[in-house]
Amino acid sequence: MEYLVQLVFSFLATASLCVIFNAPVKAIPYCGLVGAAGWMIYYIALEEQLAEVIAAFLGAFFVAVCAQGYARRLKTPMIVFIVSGIIPLVPGGLAYNTMRYFVEQNYTLGLETGIRAFLISGAIAMGIVFSEVIFQLFVKFMTKGRTSMQSFIRNKRRL
Amino acid sequence: MTNEKKDELALDCLLLAGQIMMESGAETYRVEDTMLRMARSQNLDAQSYVTPTGIILSLGEKQKTKIISISSRITDLYKIAKVNEVSRKLTLKIITLDEAYDELRFIQKTNYFLPIWLQIFMSAVSSACFLILFRGNWTDMPAAFLAGGAGYLALLLMQHLTKVKFFSEFFASFVVALVAFLAVTSGYGNELDKIIISGVMPLVPGILITNAVRDLMAGHLTAGIAKGTEAFLTAFAIGSGVAIVVAIH
Repeated sequence: MEYLVQLVFSFLATASLCVIFNAPVKAIPYCGLVGAAGWMIYYIALEEQLAEVIAAFLGAFFVAVCAQGYARRLKTPMIVFIVSGIIPLVPGGLAYNTMRYFVEQNYTLGLETGIRAFLISGAIAMGIVFSEVIFQLFVKFMTKGRTSMQSFIRNKRRL
Repeated sequence: MTNEKKDELALDCLLLAGQIMMESGAETYRVEDTMLRMARSQNLDAQSYVTPTGIILSLGEKQKTKIISISSRITDLYKIAKVNEVSRKLTLKIITLDEAYDELRFIQKTNYFLPIWLQIFMSAVSSACFLILFRGNWTDMPAAFLAGGAGYLALLLMQHLTKVKFFSEFFASFVVALVAFLAVTSGYGNELDKIIISGVMPLVPGILITNAVRDLMAGHLTAGIAKGTEAFLTAFAIGSGVAIVVAIH
């Protein structure tokens, strides 16, 4: 029951924030699905007593896998699904708490929360990049597609 | 068209594409990648330097280097998708450079956002949903709904009036905290903290932080640091807006 509630509300939260970020309308339900999937992984990982950094990494990894699939199917850039998919994962609450502690002159707690927020966002970014690269290694043999990050680095080298 | 004119047009076209993408909140390396892909499809050897506040693009020896400044950055995924479509069509030679330029000009001028009342309603809905994700109390949902909606309305209003992003975020989070505080004191809410956190979720710079780290990983150190600073400023504005209400409390 608890899982079902989390699933429904993470879907709703993601889909409604997509409207604010102006995702293409036909992609909004899929954005919601991606967000809900990432959040469920994160939630289950936390329930299994994993550290929040690892949980965020796993969630973001899965978000990026789903985003790759939908990006191919709906011919929409991957960033649309990634930005919406990580909405529930990003440490917005922590970033806010950090600043609030600082403004309240509670510097020790503020530093601690700030470092937590930084590590979690680093883990999310790592999860996305890793999954992008690994997914491309699988697909590489079938198509000639490359991730933008890979082709970007390759172009740099050629110039 | 002479060769020189064509190069000039290509330069403008690439810069316009980069500008729209950057202003809509795309990652820096993706902007650079899109520009270089478009350049290669026109058999041009381009070099670019992209930062969140400006783009420098050069076509080598045969053309002047051009620069374009970027003053505002928002998140507009629809425009990113649109520019991507144009760039793909240009790379596959479905459209010519002229048509691509016209399409980009059209994209730049058009406002693709959904009606404002819908945005405010959706931000209210998302705040109510985040309350549940943060394990809040079911009875606090109306308060979070109100706080989220009021906060986003305040953000849009102040952005329209003052055009200073820092101040509008400060004011919006102040309104969120005020609504939450009033709800708790009048007995419609229980946990002040959770209501405030879910109320500011539509405002917090989570996407900025993550994109900053991704830019850093791709080697765009300047852009990553700059975006990180922007995220820090936003977080500071939101934190201090809330802190005023908490201090009075």
